[in-house]
Amino acid sequence: MSHISRGFHGRRRTPAGQEGRVPPGQYVTEDFPVLSAGPTPHTPTDSWTFSITQGGGTKKSWTWAEMQALPQEDVTADIHCVTRWSKLDTHWQAVSIDTLLEQVEHDAAYVLAFSDGGYTTNLPLEDVTGGRAWLAYGYDGGPLPAEHGGPARLLVPHLYFWKSAKWVRGLQLLDTDEPGFWETYGYHMYGDPWKEQRYAGD
Amino acid sequence: MEGTAVRGRLTWQTATVSAITPETARASTIAFDVPAWPGHRAGQHLDVRLTADDGYRAERSYSIASAPGEPVAITVERLDDGEVSPYLTEELRPGDEIELRGPIGGYFVWDPDTDHGPLLLAAGGSGVVPFRSILRERERSGAATPARLLYSARSLPEVIYHEELERSGTGVDVVYTLTRSQPPGWSGHRGRVDAALLAEVAWTTGQDPLAFVCGPTSFVEAVAEGLVGLGYPPARVKTERFGATGGR
Amino acid sequence: MDPLDGNAIGGLMHEVFGAEMTAVTATCATCGASGPVAQTVVYLDAPGTVVRCRNCASVLMVFARVHDRYCVDLQGLAALGAR
Repeated sequence: MSHISRGFHGRRRTPAGQEGRVPPGQYVTEDFPVLSAGPTPHTPTDSWTFSITQGGGTKKSWTWAEMQALPQEDVTADIHCVTRWSKLDTHWQAVSIDTLLEQVEHDAAYVLAFSDGGYTTNLPLEDVTGGRAWLAYGYDGGPLPAEHGGPARLLVPHLYFWKSAKWVRGLQLLDTDEPGFWETYGYHMYGDPWKEQRYAGD
Repeated sequence: MEGTAVRGRLTWQTATVSAITPETARASTIAFDVPAWPGHRAGQHLDVRLTADDGYRAERSYSIASAPGEPVAITVERLDDGEVSPYLTEELRPGDEIELRGPIGGYFVWDPDTDHGPLLLAAGGSGVVPFRSILRERERSGAATPARLLYSARSLPEVIYHEELERSGTGVDVVYTLTRSQPPGWSGHRGRVDAALLAEVAWTTGQDPLAFVCGPTSFVEAVAEGLVGLGYPPARVKTERFGATGGR
Repeated sequence: MDPLDGNAIGGLMHEVFGAEMTAVTATCATCGASGPVAQTVVYLDAPGTVVRCRNCASVLMVFARVHDRYCVDLQGLAALGAR
């Protein structure tokens, strides 16, 4: 790489005192950028369900009302997108994925999250349990907007945000790790922002 | 190998900024010296690539504002929260080097030798940029093609190339609609392009017009749909959508 | 953020295919609709570029830049070129 553009910095604002919270190669944004691979789904909550599936079958399913009746949590988290923006102290209202998976008997080691519109992403089971992952339906005090994944999305803040599948409708239980949408095209199977695991082989 | 442009291949080249000319408070035209520029067609665009000292890169596409045969130039409108447009319009200076590749595009182009029919050019904001190339090419080539430019802008001071457009010769009509504010005594159109305004400026389908629509996605889709509704065959309505960010 | 159209990937496709592609006809493998690449619906945001059919919204093409290579998926196309 030979050419450097004089005076070009891109967006680089890491507020003083927050360096330890920002993974390598990221910049902090006050916005909440909307990145999409397709049209925004608009699933009404009265037809929404969330399912845990395995093989071809459904092990357990919740309607919106059933999900809302589960223990709710207020979650504050820093989120990190592979496109280099990080947003600190985001506030969500959510149900822990632990709460959902506890109601299902299984010995799966991996999950594949699946969403309206066809998006998928894979995660190890231990990364969506132990208090590390949520089904989030509220953002910043209000209902999660459709453009940000509403009515509900996966929230897994310790991994790059492409793993926090928008418009999520369930988790498929797997014995082996299978690549989801972006992983198939060369993005990292795990995606730890602190190790800058953006692409396969990183 | 960098900078060697083999005919037919699209490679990144290092160009030098030769001039920067403000057009409006937010928009400037940037002219380049491009050593191996193969020439371009009216309506084409180029990609610009910026690299920060830590290797971070940003790329954007900009329509070419100059006519074929003129030095390559783009017109960039600064977006307040943009990453690239503030750099190009406020930091860049003549003599700076910049990486670009082009020309790009074979669909959204107008060629007076092969294209026929009166032209309808519909521009939303900075969507007018490729039309400056088309109108200059029309004049340069001596084509007698009648042309109408329908230009939707927020206000008169935000109209890019206003002086040049006012000097348009015979055969070119320019119709403005100002959507946010109008100068005192404005007797022109106001508000967004609607079916009535389109019907007024669109050529009749019997004349076999060729339409080019360029601007933000919402503008392009509303106008293209309107023209098809007036009977334009879809293949005679060429569209180019910008992001809300102006460049792509 | 509104999607763009295939004009926005003119440079990318020229890099991948070695030729100007925006005027080339793309035929959707899902619904059969065809039209110039320039009129496809393009979602440009990284992680990658997703190109969809304007008629049925199915994915036609995906381009992901991983290190110094492109991963290109064209399975959503029935044809790319003269039909």
